[in-house]
Amino acid sequence: MGLLSKKDSKLILDPLTDDNPVTIQVLGICSALAITAQLKPSIVMAISVIFVLGVGNVVISLMRNIIPSKIRIIVQLIVVATLVIIVDQVLKAFAYSLSKELSVFIGLIITNCIIMGRFEAFALGNGPWKSFLDGIGNALGYGVILIIVGFFRELFGSGTLFGLKVLGDSVEKTGLYALGYENNGFMVLPPMALIVVGIIIWVQRSRNKELIED
Amino acid sequence: MGLKQNLHALREKYRGTKMAPAFNALHTFLYTPNDTAKGGTHIKAADDLKRTMNTVIMALIPCLIFGMFNTGYQHNLAIGEIQAVTNGFLSGEFWSLANFSVGFWQILPLIIISYGVGLGIEFLFAVIKGHEVEEGYLVTGMLVPLIVPVDIPLWMLTVAVIFGVVIGKEVFGGTGMNILNPALTIRAFLFFAYPTWMSGDKVWVHGAVERTKEIANGSTADAISGETILGTLAQNQELSYSVSDMFFGFIPGSIGETSTFLILLGGLFLIFTKIGSWRIMLSSVLGALVMGFIFNMVVDAGWISNTSKFYGLMSTEFWHHLLIGGMAFGIVYMATDPVTAAQTNKGKWIYGFLIGFISIMIRVFNPAYPEGVMLAILLMNVFAPTIDHYVVQGNVKRRLKRAKIKTA
Repeated sequence: MGLLSKKDSKLILDPLTDDNPVTIQVLGICSALAITAQLKPSIVMAISVIFVLGVGNVVISLMRNIIPSKIRIIVQLIVVATLVIIVDQVLKAFAYSLSKELSVFIGLIITNCIIMGRFEAFALGNGPWKSFLDGIGNALGYGVILIIVGFFRELFGSGTLFGLKVLGDSVEKTGLYALGYENNGFMVLPPMALIVVGIIIWVQRSRNKELIED
Repeated sequence: MGLKQNLHALREKYRGTKMAPAFNALHTFLYTPNDTAKGGTHIKAADDLKRTMNTVIMALIPCLIFGMFNTGYQHNLAIGEIQAVTNGFLSGEFWSLANFSVGFWQILPLIIISYGVGLGIEFLFAVIKGHEVEEGYLVTGMLVPLIVPVDIPLWMLTVAVIFGVVIGKEVFGGTGMNILNPALTIRAFLFFAYPTWMSGDKVWVHGAVERTKEIANGSTADAISGETILGTLAQNQELSYSVSDMFFGFIPGSIGETSTFLILLGGLFLIFTKIGSWRIMLSSVLGALVMGFIFNMVVDAGWISNTSKFYGLMSTEFWHHLLIGGMAFGIVYMATDPVTAAQTNKGKWIYGFLIGFISIMIRVFNPAYPEGVMLAILLMNVFAPTIDHYVVQGNVKRRLKRAKIKTA
């Protein structure tokens, strides 16, 4: 990447692969299980977290020298809550049905451990540009997992992608369904999301043995 | 050179290569290896894993044969070819070739899929990981066809077996390392993934699904209804089966679990050969009876009305619960799985008791999950290590106390 120095691009690329917040640090699992039954909410969730974490990291980084360390958690909470409310209101205004579908989970971004974790671990000790890259990187790493899980769950659970019937119509029995194929009801249930995340972790660690911890 | 010498020569040729585990598995399945330990003292035990597994399969064979007859019997009875049995266990209407052939050709593909796919994955993982193929799947492969409805589509069974063996067993490190019983993992996967094929009144009798389709297409034939006893009771309806039908197994249900009589014989065989734990079997039965008895008392005390949706199952006489559904089969063949059960003797009592207790509770309170025993065993599988931990810690504490008293 010509735009970024090697160190900076590492900030973005590492969380996507070998330092992924979901599969390596095992953070943010709760929302990854709750909203990934379909692809569209997964993507909206990923975009929301990218916005919240990207902007939040910059704000915290700019204020890092004036926040008294005793009340820093409260300050962080206020920043993230403000941003989440903005996301929530935007969704309610422009994509009401999606906002309904995601229900409390947009509000629960506040408690997503990835966000507070990055504020604490990175933004409090680094400049705004670096914090911005770190925020975007980690949120992307989270989003990638969400989208992979959402893709498989929607494809096998409902036979659709973005609501498009890619495998045929399950009621009219066209496409694959004419051959006797049926949707896998287990895929729609949250436990299967845990298993899909587990499989991603398995694949990742068998490709890179250094990630295996004892 | 005979076959055995040829195999030995081949074995030497493949030693150390990637395919060696797969080859060795076939080789030791056919013959006892003629390698012996040299020098030193060693213990010789006849009951290795292969012997253990074969014993359990022997205990399962009567259930399988009976399942084949029963599948045909239920089918022929439903289409009106034959009359219901009258003379108990030795009825000629039941043990007929016509019944057997229907069941045999329905069940054979299930067995082939179960073993073919499951062992295929075992071999694959053995080759990838470079360890010997374990015999663990031999029993699972026989259990799977016995605990599914007879009309389950073969591709669903394939998907479920792949899931069960990979996620239920291989990710934990293969035979002996699994937390959950693989056969039950496979059934639970089917149950949650394809509920329309695993419950309701259309899947338990061979031909019922087919007939429903024909009727939808304008056929005038009578619909076949094959509700299980649990399903009937959950809807507060009258039972059309006698206790002896339930005991001997002339009822619709998963293939191998209907005959409590043969399961009892299999259980006694396992206890006699010391393969299955009598503690787990006995305590599970006790747990189920206690829970059933509590429900009976609730009904007797008049705390629920006979219009309540729980009434049918709650008012079932407590010992009938052991005869219906997969209760007996689960207790004898699944709960006693030595890998996933509790290991300590006291732990086995607790583990078994809770399986029986929770099975009946799920069965009564959640008619959407008619087979509580599956979920109860899986739940207790998860808790077995915890139970063992506290039993061992309790023992350590008691002995420490005794040691202190002595030294003081």
